[in-house]
Amino acid sequence: MSDPATAVDPIRTAFISTAYLGAAVSFILGLRGMTRPETARRGMQFALGGMIAALAGTLVNHEVVAYQWVLLGLVLGSVIGWPLGMKVAMTQMPQRIAISHMFGALAASLVGIAEYWKHHLDGVALERPQMAALGFEVLFGALTVSGSFMAFAKLHELLPGRGITFPFQNAVNLTVFAGTIGLLVYLVVDPTATWAFVAMTVLAFISGFSMVLPIGGADMPVVVSLLNSYAGLAASATGFALGNTVLIIAGALDGASGFLLSVLMSKAMNRSFSNVLFGAFGSAPRASAAQLGAGGEMKEISLEDAATALRYAKNVVVVPGYGLAVAQAQKAVGELAELLEGHGNEVRYAIHPVAGRMPGHMNVLLAEANISHEKMVEMEEINDSFESVDVVVVIGANDVVNPAAKRDPGSPIYGMPVLNVDQARRVLVLKRGKGTGFAGIENALFVEERTSLLFGDAKSTLTRLVSELKAM
Amino acid sequence: MDFAFAELTIFVLAGFVGFQVITRVPPLLHTPLMSATNMISAISLVGSIVVAGGNHDTLSTVLGTIAVTCATINLVGGYIITDRMLKMFDGGAKGGHR
Repeated sequence: MSDPATAVDPIRTAFISTAYLGAAVSFILGLRGMTRPETARRGMQFALGGMIAALAGTLVNHEVVAYQWVLLGLVLGSVIGWPLGMKVAMTQMPQRIAISHMFGALAASLVGIAEYWKHHLDGVALERPQMAALGFEVLFGALTVSGSFMAFAKLHELLPGRGITFPFQNAVNLTVFAGTIGLLVYLVVDPTATWAFVAMTVLAFISGFSMVLPIGGADMPVVVSLLNSYAGLAASATGFALGNTVLIIAGALDGASGFLLSVLMSKAMNRSFSNVLFGAFGSAPRASAAQLGAGGEMKEISLEDAATALRYAKNVVVVPGYGLAVAQAQKAVGELAELLEGHGNEVRYAIHPVAGRMPGHMNVLLAEANISHEKMVEMEEINDSFESVDVVVVIGANDVVNPAAKRDPGSPIYGMPVLNVDQARRVLVLKRGKGTGFAGIENALFVEERTSLLFGDAKSTLTRLVSELKAM
Repeated sequence: MDFAFAELTIFVLAGFVGFQVITRVPPLLHTPLMSATNMISAISLVGSIVVAGGNHDTLSTVLGTIAVTCATINLVGGYIITDRMLKMFDGGAKGGHR
């Protein structure tokens, strides 16, 4: 058994246990720091301290003898991790998070596989509870590795962002997943069945791919959160398998966080998990939504008129969407806002929970442009006050401002909470082209009387707006 | 089955604490929260180091070393990127800018 608590030397054991306890406490306190922007950094430093203590504790474990391999892993990991921390742009954060779920889950599954392999080599059968823990670890781990890789590939546009569907997909996916669970049960009954272990690992790996394959870009916030939760559960299962409590605790924290975020994201889209996972958003009927969209023409506006409207608007609200991230227009938004505020106009930002590709995506982008977080307003807080807003600037957002979610029961997004942009006095929409949004749904807001559109790349449009305003 | 029950208790209680704490994290910080929990999940180092350094057999050592590498990537990269994000939010709060 690799339980560090059974180490021979009592002082060493006490040291290791204390280090692990300290680490667990520091993680909880670290997360507590995240409840306020002012204390968050301190919290993470605390958590890092806990991590280093746990690392020190593990390094003196009497089972660790081949330090050269440990060192190799630590050095390699640092060399790869450093640029992944320093160099990645804020706009690439969704895929960055997705790939780190993959690394976390890969570490957990490899430990599980090695643990099973060791018992197989030694000819010692695993106890059933331990087998169950190992099985869960490898199942969740393998599924998260491939699922996160798929999410990464889609977010990084290595694969098309739209869901990829084929006939009987749900039936196939469910069969593969049921097979994976069946093999896990079989393994618990007979832990020596090596073939079942291999088959389960392979099937879980395939499950991850097939689970994320049909999911489109707009649903990514839920998927990324769910994978976060799975990665945590895999880590927790590792703790069960190794009898290591700090792993159980850290995994549970991670799992709870991911689960909570995915619940919040699903709610913000008025959809259930099963609908996100099996609904294949893009394939929903679109007939009635198309009818609504056919009700008018989009009105284009000149840059000059748009600048004038903004210049004399006392109360401006910016609604950022995924298009802002794609165009990397966050700094241009900041410049525009600075100019307007210089004229005494108020500028705020309305943030929909699922705007972008992951929870909090828009906040990070705006913060990068030095916009104070006090000006970023959550949907519930701002939604009743749109009537008093002079101009709303929608930048690359679509579904989160689509009034069809409120009015049209036939729309695929009907019932989803949206920003009440249609109640503002005037709406300026910055849009790349005349096409539909990511989910392929027509938007009646764009053809309304009070709406004017500026077509083109959001960044260049904003930059030109800024120079127009400066010239005024 | 006794040992599993004690651990299950820890799991449930930790999950409960996590839920309570994380409910209070504002949506503003949801992305840093995600990368923070990612960094915390690098605690799987404590498992992978024992496998990598256990000197049991070649395959275990190789798998363990890859696991240590992956967990370290999350620890180093995760910490740096979380701090980078949080620094931006912190700066906004001090009113140094808009």
